[in-house]
Amino acid sequence: MQLIVNGQTHEVEAPAAMPLLWVLRDIIGLTGTKFGCGKALCGACTVHLEGEAIRSCITPASAVAGKRITTIEGLTAAGDHPVQRAWTELDVVQCGYCQSGQIMSAAALLKRTPRPSDADIDTAMSGNVCRCGTYQRIRAAIHRAADLAEVKS
Amino acid sequence: MNARLDDIPLDPGRRRFLRGSAAGSASLIIAFSVPLVGRRALAAAAPDAALPPPNAFLHIAPDDSVTVVLAHSEMGQGIWTSLPMLLAEELECDWSKVRAEHAPAAPVYASPMFHIQMTGGSTTTMSEFDRYREVGALARTQLVAAAATRFGVAPAACRVERGVVIAGDRRARFGELAAAAAQMPLPSAAVALKPRRDWTLIGKPTPRLDTPAKITGRAAFGLDARPAGVRVALVARAPVFGAKLRHYDASAARKLPGVDAVVEVPTGVAVIGAHFWAARTGRDALKLDWDLGAGAHFDSAAELAQYRALARTPGSTAAMRGEAARALAAAKSPIEAEYSVPYLAHATMEPLNCTVELGADHCRVTTGTQFQTVDQASAAHILGFKPEQVEIVTAFLGGGFGRRANPVSDFVSEAVQVAKAARAAGHTAPVKVVWTREDDMHGGWYRPQFVHRMRAALDSDGLPTAFADRIVGQSIMAGTPFGAGMIKNGIDPVSVEGVVGSPYLEATPAYAVELHSPTAPVPVLWWRSVGNTHTAFAMESFIDELAHAARRDPLEYRRTLLDKAGAKRHLAVLERAAELFGWAKPLPAGHARGLAVHASFGSYVAQVAEVSLVDGKPRVHRVACAVDCGIAINPETIRAQMEGAIAFGLTAALYGAITLKDGRVQQDNFDTYPPLRMDAMPRIEVAIIDSGEKPGGIGEPGTPPIAPAVANALFALTGQRLRDLPFKLA
Repeated sequence: MQLIVNGQTHEVEAPAAMPLLWVLRDIIGLTGTKFGCGKALCGACTVHLEGEAIRSCITPASAVAGKRITTIEGLTAAGDHPVQRAWTELDVVQCGYCQSGQIMSAAALLKRTPRPSDADIDTAMSGNVCRCGTYQRIRAAIHRAADLAEVKS
Repeated sequence: MNARLDDIPLDPGRRRFLRGSAAGSASLIIAFSVPLVGRRALAAAAPDAALPPPNAFLHIAPDDSVTVVLAHSEMGQGIWTSLPMLLAEELECDWSKVRAEHAPAAPVYASPMFHIQMTGGSTTTMSEFDRYREVGALARTQLVAAAATRFGVAPAACRVERGVVIAGDRRARFGELAAAAAQMPLPSAAVALKPRRDWTLIGKPTPRLDTPAKITGRAAFGLDARPAGVRVALVARAPVFGAKLRHYDASAARKLPGVDAVVEVPTGVAVIGAHFWAARTGRDALKLDWDLGAGAHFDSAAELAQYRALARTPGSTAAMRGEAARALAAAKSPIEAEYSVPYLAHATMEPLNCTVELGADHCRVTTGTQFQTVDQASAAHILGFKPEQVEIVTAFLGGGFGRRANPVSDFVSEAVQVAKAARAAGHTAPVKVVWTREDDMHGGWYRPQFVHRMRAALDSDGLPTAFADRIVGQSIMAGTPFGAGMIKNGIDPVSVEGVVGSPYLEATPAYAVELHSPTAPVPVLWWRSVGNTHTAFAMESFIDELAHAARRDPLEYRRTLLDKAGAKRHLAVLERAAELFGWAKPLPAGHARGLAVHASFGSYVAQVAEVSLVDGKPRVHRVACAVDCGIAINPETIRAQMEGAIAFGLTAALYGAITLKDGRVQQDNFDTYPPLRMDAMPRIEVAIIDSGEKPGGIGEPGTPPIAPAVANALFALTGQRLRDLPFKLA
């Protein structure tokens, strides 16, 4: 199958049922997308499919062949997406393991809803678990990223 | 385990400095060597600038980069930044040039407190506060000496500014001086450290150094290890603790595409494949026949009932003063309450994993671990190697919370066994053992189930005249490297920590604390804040019950007792948290407040929680938190650790329970073991009280007070006293 990841086309041989997560990590070698639960319960595996946030751990790679997939590595070349800049400003990360998924979910939210309310953030982000408990900073950083994105555009 | 640890050199002596060898290189390395007695500092030129020696703490390269080698593991708690801050405070380098990396496993990196290389007990900062500053000061002294020689002036005529040594109009960068600095004779006595008033970095909120890697997906966690040709293994483990494999049939698994090999290991059957998915489908195809053994009869609810019964019988005395039993028997209406907490899984975001590259006489283990020395010794023991033949590469930890400090190195030992069995079967490729979330949750090493039965007699002012607590639960330290040294007269001090040593006992004329330490087939382990997870819940709930019985305000009641005990630091955080919250201010209708204060790991934390019921369920809206952790190294980290520790403790208070029925763990994943999520996260405000005392811990002390603070708030709101975690409202 052909997978288009971060603008690059990969010819991949994998079982039809193999989740996108493991194709990304174990075959293509993009390890920024994380394994947390395998059942779409934690959001650590979040990537963008045609710009929308999806859980790659339950998405068969064969189902997204030929579609545009973006991982944390492809969000920006320089790590300067407004979400990433806000994450830096507010010192969000702790262990960091969930943050690829958090950032991908937050970026998708802001694309859809450039000025999210706290309720919008709750709805969009409650699927992303952080055991370090960085939620308060994530919330503040999403509001900050909305500011940064506005200045930019 | 203890026998093997005997081979590890200790560090009983003071550090001494030693002139290092040097040969035509451009870098300065500050390293320590460890002879059998004492530790020696060593300044040396790097033979290869890209490869610091295995005992280095600091490496200054010609490009001015300053690499700080961390003897402890970064698992979110922020030592990747705070240890370099300590060193850089004395080195006076350009902070923007500072990098950090995890040390390899070597005796020189043993914790000055525990004498093994490890991260735990919230001890990193307190145990390294002097050593990392000394390394920085020593390097600065060498660099200044080199500059003085170059400038032809006395060292005293030189000053250092952001990585540049200056004397009059002469200037030289650290990178230019590094090679010469490595040649300068080392000072004969310990170098003086800066007085506190001269600190410019310690105490300043400093952004984390690991953020760039962690927001771009570049940070390498254990699970991200991909040595050339790596294969992935999943292990089919016993469904019940203590079960033994009778027989297995792997014929179907072996036929699946991508499955390379199936090998038996002491913990079960490993399926090795080209990738996770191959290993997982292969494991699903195994036919396994287990002899479940006695563990199949284990039931955690039955155990809880036994614990409650045990709490009504005398245990071993952990602490006592006066005649508490007599006073309680004579009391007209003593207050009695029984508290319980369940087993808890750590549920780190990154499931357990370990990658092993095994050669004929060398083994490289890549994993996120809190226990390098033990893991190295365990791997060496399995392989018949010397510890130095086992290289431990510490990756970033996707959460630790204690789970990655395992006394039998469970996840490392198993991976080494898999690699060993694979190699014996002719498969020499590196192998990464991955645990699924379900494997991780079923894998044991839980926070133990505990019961406290507390009683108190009150005087006419409502103040306790006698107090008793019977504590029942498995010992964590028994069977760990620390057990032999810590358990005295049958008392594991971490089973009682937080009750024993409580200022409330100090304020009570007579008290008795007794302990039962039953054994069970369920392996248990330290879990963020260890014994304080249950002692703070019981003690701070009970004090609230006493205040209520005395018809006194919970804040005023605690103030009276803490004042009586002379517990100034407890009092200070309590007052600050109450002030930050606005204890006296009215709350919206349907909301209530509760508070708790607890000291652990050398730090003092008070929290006030505001709660209401939403759809009949507890909802925590806001938490005001005050912390005194002594000298505040990085205030930003301290705030973040308080926020995170509150979320961690709230997860346990609101949802957390591992239960076993017929020996089987009944929780599997985040659906049945729910974590706190964004929509339930309270607004948290943190006030840091800088008492100027020596540094305490910060990773754990924020967790203990939140469960009792919320329980006390829910009592104020509903009149229901919730004595069992997780909370279940009637």
